[in-house]
This record gives sequence, structure tokens and C-alpha cells, in this order.
Amino acid sequence: MTIGSLPPRYRIGIDPVRCMECGRCIENCSYGVFSRDGDKIQVNSRNCTACHRCIACCPRDAISLEEHPCDYRSHPLWTREAREAIYNQARTGRIILAGMGNALDYPVIFDRLVLDACQVTNPSLDPLREPIELLTHLGKKPARLDLRRREGGNVELRTALTPNLRIETPIMIGHMSYGAISLNAQVAMARAAEETGTYMGTGEGGLHSAIYPYQDRMIVQVASGRFGVNIDYLERGAAIEIKIGQGAKPGIGGHLPGEKVCADISRTRMIPEGSDAISPAPHHDIYSIEDLAQLVRGLKEATEWKKPVFVKIAAVHNVAAIAAGIARSPADAVVVDGFRGGTGAAPTVFRDHVGIPIEAAVSSVDKKLRDQGIRNEVSVIASGGIRGSADVAKAIALGADAVYIGTAALAAMGCRVCGNCYRGLCPWGIATQRPDLVARLNPDEASEQVANLIRAWTLELAELLGAAGINSIESLRGNRDRLRGYMLDESLMEVLDVRGVGA
Amino acid sequence: MDGSGIRQALCMMNERGSGEGAGYVAYGIYPDYRDCYALHVFFDNVRENKGIVDATLTQWGTIEHDEAIPTYDRPNLRAVHTPWRYFFKPDPSLAPASTSPEDDIVSALVMRINAARRGALIFSSGKDLGVFKAGGWPEDVADFYRIEDYEGYIWLAHNRYPTNTPGWWGGAHPFNLLGWSVVHNGEITSYGTNRRYIESFGYTCTMFTDTEVVAYLVDLLVRRHGLEIDIAVRALAPPFWEEIDRMPGPEREWNSALRLAYAPAMMNGPFAIVAANRDMMVGFTDRGKLRPMVAGECGDRLYISSEEAAIRAMEPRVESIWMPAAGEPVIGRVAP
Repeated sequence: MTIGSLPPRYRIGIDPVRCMECGRCIENCSYGVFSRDGDKIQVNSRNCTACHRCIACCPRDAISLEEHPCDYRSHPLWTREAREAIYNQARTGRIILAGMGNALDYPVIFDRLVLDACQVTNPSLDPLREPIELLTHLGKKPARLDLRRREGGNVELRTALTPNLRIETPIMIGHMSYGAISLNAQVAMARAAEETGTYMGTGEGGLHSAIYPYQDRMIVQVASGRFGVNIDYLERGAAIEIKIGQGAKPGIGGHLPGEKVCADISRTRMIPEGSDAISPAPHHDIYSIEDLAQLVRGLKEATEWKKPVFVKIAAVHNVAAIAAGIARSPADAVVVDGFRGGTGAAPTVFRDHVGIPIEAAVSSVDKKLRDQGIRNEVSVIASGGIRGSADVAKAIALGADAVYIGTAALAAMGCRVCGNCYRGLCPWGIATQRPDLVARLNPDEASEQVANLIRAWTLELAELLGAAGINSIESLRGNRDRLRGYMLDESLMEVLDVRGVGA
Repeated sequence: MDGSGIRQALCMMNERGSGEGAGYVAYGIYPDYRDCYALHVFFDNVRENKGIVDATLTQWGTIEHDEAIPTYDRPNLRAVHTPWRYFFKPDPSLAPASTSPEDDIVSALVMRINAARRGALIFSSGKDLGVFKAGGWPEDVADFYRIEDYEGYIWLAHNRYPTNTPGWWGGAHPFNLLGWSVVHNGEITSYGTNRRYIESFGYTCTMFTDTEVVAYLVDLLVRRHGLEIDIAVRALAPPFWEEIDRMPGPEREWNSALRLAYAPAMMNGPFAIVAANRDMMVGFTDRGKLRPMVAGECGDRLYISSEEAAIRAMEPRVESIWMPAAGEPVIGRVAP
């Protein structure tokens, strides 16, 4: 024996007094933790992912879960994760995969920013009595207007406007493809987007016919694999998004294993059944900024300049300059995906180590665009690690027009952020294509929950704005004066352009 | 009108102030130098700081005349600055690329000298107009400058109760840039957004107070972007989307275009603002009207004030008094 067994990550316990041997845990655990042995339930904790499905369905609260029941010798450098990655790679010689977002213990900048409220010198507003506008328009805007007064006093607008996406709340649902997630999950979120007056991304998985009823609420993605892209797809969407990069894995492409490519996915992605769907790292027709501008123009031309085109990039060191380049193309919005952004599967080394936090990225993009005098001409969408309405408010105050949520929307459908999405066994019916698991997710219920989440955040945003004496979301945008940094270092505060608490 | 009337009106509202700042602006007071930009400057120390302003101005044009602004000691007003005035003609050939070279040179000089903070602050830069302000009660500031000695056809005045910044002389209202002057009651909650927007057009905010951006926004929208004043006001205090959506076709179109194009210029929070240039005076409030504004008329004169009492103090025979609706501008134009 060289490496031998590693300590189990979780330990599942069943309280024999509480357990009534109903077997729901056995049925529900898709990872095979539970099995029946005569009239007893056997547990194999090594299979556990802490997805909580068993705990959620146990009628007697008989199941307990403990993380890291067996310690390594503690060491600040040689953490458990570092050691286990070595054992794993020593055995396999492969790249380690992981799901969900960045799992390293970086400080969360959002949690070191505090919001402002009015006292005395200006009145706070009560959203129950006074209008608070959250309506947001995404897309190109003119720098100035040619307005002529005609005889009789009427005003004539001579400037042609570009179509914008109009969202009732600055919260959208990000791109999660059919393939990475189940059709039920996609349908549920699409319905929620429609109910709450917002939009949702298709991801690079094509547009399944079950989503057609909500196509007016869908942003169709064109990524490096071009899966599912044809003129019908482009025309069905409300907007088009070119995906250059993703916060969870900047600089690399994607890979949907062939075993997940069932008949339905094969049809939707327009690839043979059972074949791997590999999105290359770069777009093979984009090797420079002018190539991107050409693709933007090409997509606009194909859709008769009726649809906004967004470009999504991962937040990397030079994100501001890249965004400024995109802003000068006919693109309508730049989506900046921070390093905490989720994913179905990414190499751990990328997920945890490449890219920068969304807070800093949005700040520097907003500043760069302002320095060049083009900030209001293009929209900025922030994504990657938005956990609540406070994060939304802070992202907007740092300079975003709107945000995309991903993990939060999945959590609203039951996801416990166990991070095993890439295994295709999601017991919640979200990140899986296994029909019996997918059937667990009821789109009616799930869509209501996602819609509830967006409604709840929207209400909270209105309250936060009202407290800050602001009755329209555009007056929060880039308004860093209404933020203060708490325990942030000076150089970061300079990037964020915020002052410290008390200052 | 000489300045005695507005002095009296402003003193009616002393409980709205704290004795830390007051000011006046009058249009039409320098007929002898009508074609020159009248630059009013606060020097910390004339001997030390004046040389640099002289040198900069001479580099960019001709100083037709300059002198100390006459002041008269008041027991309650400590003269921490020396107010000075220049009558300046910029050389348009030095900004050949500009369509309004003289205005551009003067506004750039104002920004540069104020941002440098070398003991000189230009607080008034228009033609045939002048701002007179200081730290003190309205009557003391008026008497310090003897504003009754000036004859103007538009007057604005302001009494300050400072909160955001200490009552320093530069922070007193009116704020002026070129032809536009602004007085403001309120606190702009969107200041951070407005300031960053306006700074991306080359303006530099140096006065530590939100009112400054109002003057620059009006300058940008009206002078540089060519919007008519009522449309500019609509950009700064726009109708709610709900109202825009109910408007008929073409009206809805230009109103929503205005909101989209000028979203970062929109001002939020409570405010009542009166702005003036050589041709007009315009008053407007935030779209929730969280600060008071009253308007009155008498003959060919328009009065706009926070309080009716002030209008009646200045014009006892006022013929009509009304409360304008939230966000609705009141515009008085100078008869040709």
C-alpha cells in the first residue's frame, strides 16, 4: 500500500431510535450512500457529497451529517485540500475537476462593503408610498440627442435608438445550458424570468422546443462550440450573447461528456448523439478585437439589427481594457463574470486560481469606460457570486447596470451547492440528465420558487434604494459615494473608488 | 433692480440658514465690460497667489482690467479671502478645434485653477454678471459687498445651512460656470453618479459640495449638447417610466430617449433649484417635490423662492402666487 484510503470527507449517521426504516433515503440518494441490509439501513459515507437530499426527505430527522469527521494533522500550508489533490493526482496523473464556484478562502469583498442610508439632511423614501424605479434598459445608448422643437411646440427626436432589453428588475438569470442542467430546471427558470419581467440565458446548449413559449425572455448564447446556433435560434431569442470566457474557468473552453448527450440534447445542440460536446478555448474565428467586432456585426446583420448583442468575458487582470474594446464595437453590453462564478465542471486549478473578483472587475470596467467617456453608451452586467439583494445593490453601486445570478437561482430550486454537478447524478434533478432524477424537479413548483427569490430581492432592493433616498436605480449606478469599505486595504479601496467607514 | 430687494427677501428666511454662508448673483451689472468674462476670484493671499492667476490668464488672452472687489468690513464677517475681479478676453485662436473657443478656454481655466488649489478660486466666470458670496448671514454678506450698489435684471440669492461640507466661502451658493448660475436647496443622493458622469466630460469638481455638479450639468446639457432648457430640466428631473409609458407615441419616444441618454445626469434626492443665465431664470424641484418651491408674478417680473414670505417681502403687490408641481420647471425668459 502506498497511499491507501483517504479519510472520508463526510460521515452520515442514522439515529436508530428515530429511523423508521422507510427507505426514502435509499431511494433518494443517487450517489449510493444508503442500502438495505435485511431490516437495517447500511451507510457508506464515502459516497456522500453533502447534497442533503437524504436529510431533506427523511420524515423523522434521523440522519446526521458531519464534515471532515477524521482530521489530518492540521497545517496552515498543507491543507486537507492540498494534500488530497496530491494523492488524487499521484494516483491518476490527471487534471482534477470540480463544480460550482471558487472554493478557496479568499476574502469576499462584498462583505467588506457597507451601504448607506439617509438621516435628517435628506429624507429616506418609503417604497410602499412612493414610486421606486428599478426598471433597467440594457443596450447601446446615444451619447447625446438631436431633439428639435417643431412649430406648435412638439419635440421631434432625430436620433435613431438601438433596441434595448427592458427589465423590470436589475436581476437576470445567467447562462446555464441544457446539458449542464436538466430541461426541467431550464423550463422552471425560463418561466420565472417571464413571470418577473426579466431575462435568462440559454448557455451554449441550444434552445429546446420546450423553451419556445418563453423565447421572448431568453438570451441565446453563441459560444466557441457554436452548439445549437442557426438563424432560427438567433431569431427566437430576445438578445444574443457571445461568450468569450467564463469566470469559473477563464481562458479555457468547455466539455460536455458524450454520455450526457442523449437524443434530446443531441437535437438541441445539433451534434451526434453520444459525442463529446467540446467548446474550444478560443473562438476559432476570433483572434483579435476586430474579429469580435465582426462577429457582433455579423450577428446583428443576421438578425436585422433588431436584437441587442452582449459579449461575456471572464474577469481577468486586464478586464477593463478588454471591456473598453468591446464597448467600441456595436456590442450592446459587456458581461463581466467574476472568479467566483459557478460552473458545471471546471478544472479545480482554474476555478480556484484564475481571474479576479467581480467587485474589483466591475469597478475598473466602469472607471475605464468613464475615463473614455463611453460609460453610458454601453451596459455592464456583473455576474459571479451574487448571493443576495445586498450584493446586487453593491454591484450596481460599483458600476454595474444589472446582474446575472446562477447558483442562487439553482439554490432556489433545491440545490445545496455540493459542487458535484459534473458527475451528472444531481439528486435534485438540476445538474443531471437521468430521467428519473430529472423527474424529481417539478417545473411548476421550481419556477415559483425562482420567481419568489427574484421578487424578494427586488423588494429588498426597493427598500435599500428608498432608505438611501434614491427613487430610481440609475442614480445608484456607479454611485460609490453610497458605499464604504470596512477593513479593506487602501489599494483595493482605490480600485473600488470607495472611502473607508467613518470617512 | 438693485440688490436691496433680494437682500431683504433672503433675510426673511434666516431660520433656513446657519450664518455660515450666503451669496448673490446679478446679471447685467458690468455694462462697461459687457464683452469680457468677469472672473471673480477668492485669493487666500493677494501677494502670494495673484501672480499665478495673472500669468495663466495672460497666457490665454488679455486682461482688460482687474481690481479688488470693493468690500466693507462687517463686525460679524471675518474676511478670510480677498475677492478680486478680472475682466478677461480669451484669445480664440488658441483653441482652433473648438466651435465655442472662448467659452471652452474660460471653463478649462476655471477647472484648472480651481483644481490646482494654489490659493485662488474662481467662483464666477460669466459675461456681464457677478457672484458675491461669503461665509456669514445674508445681510452681512450683502453689506460686505454693498450689493445695493449693483443694478441687475436677474438676481439669485441663497442662504446656506451647510451639512456635507463646512461653511467655507467657496461652498456658499450661487455656483457659477460661464453664463449659468445655480442656487440649490437640498441634498443630491445621486451625487456620486452625477459627479462621475460630469467628470468624464472634462469637468473637475473642486468645491466639495453637490450643488457644483448642477451648474456643470446645466452647462453640459444646454451649452455643449444644445438642449433647450425645459428639455434639460426634464433630463435632470425626468418623469417616471410609468408616466412616460402612458404618453402618446412621439412624446413617449423622445422622453424615453432622454431618460436613456441622460440616466447618469438624472438627479435624485430632495432638491429645489433655481438656475439662471443671461436670457432666463428657471426653477424646478425633484420629481417627488421633497423641498418647497413657490413662484410668483408681478408685472413682467418672475419670483421663485422657498417661501412665499420672501416673495412678499420683495414684492408686496405680487399678483399671483402658485406652487409648481414636482419636477415641473418654471421658466422666465428675459424679454428681448
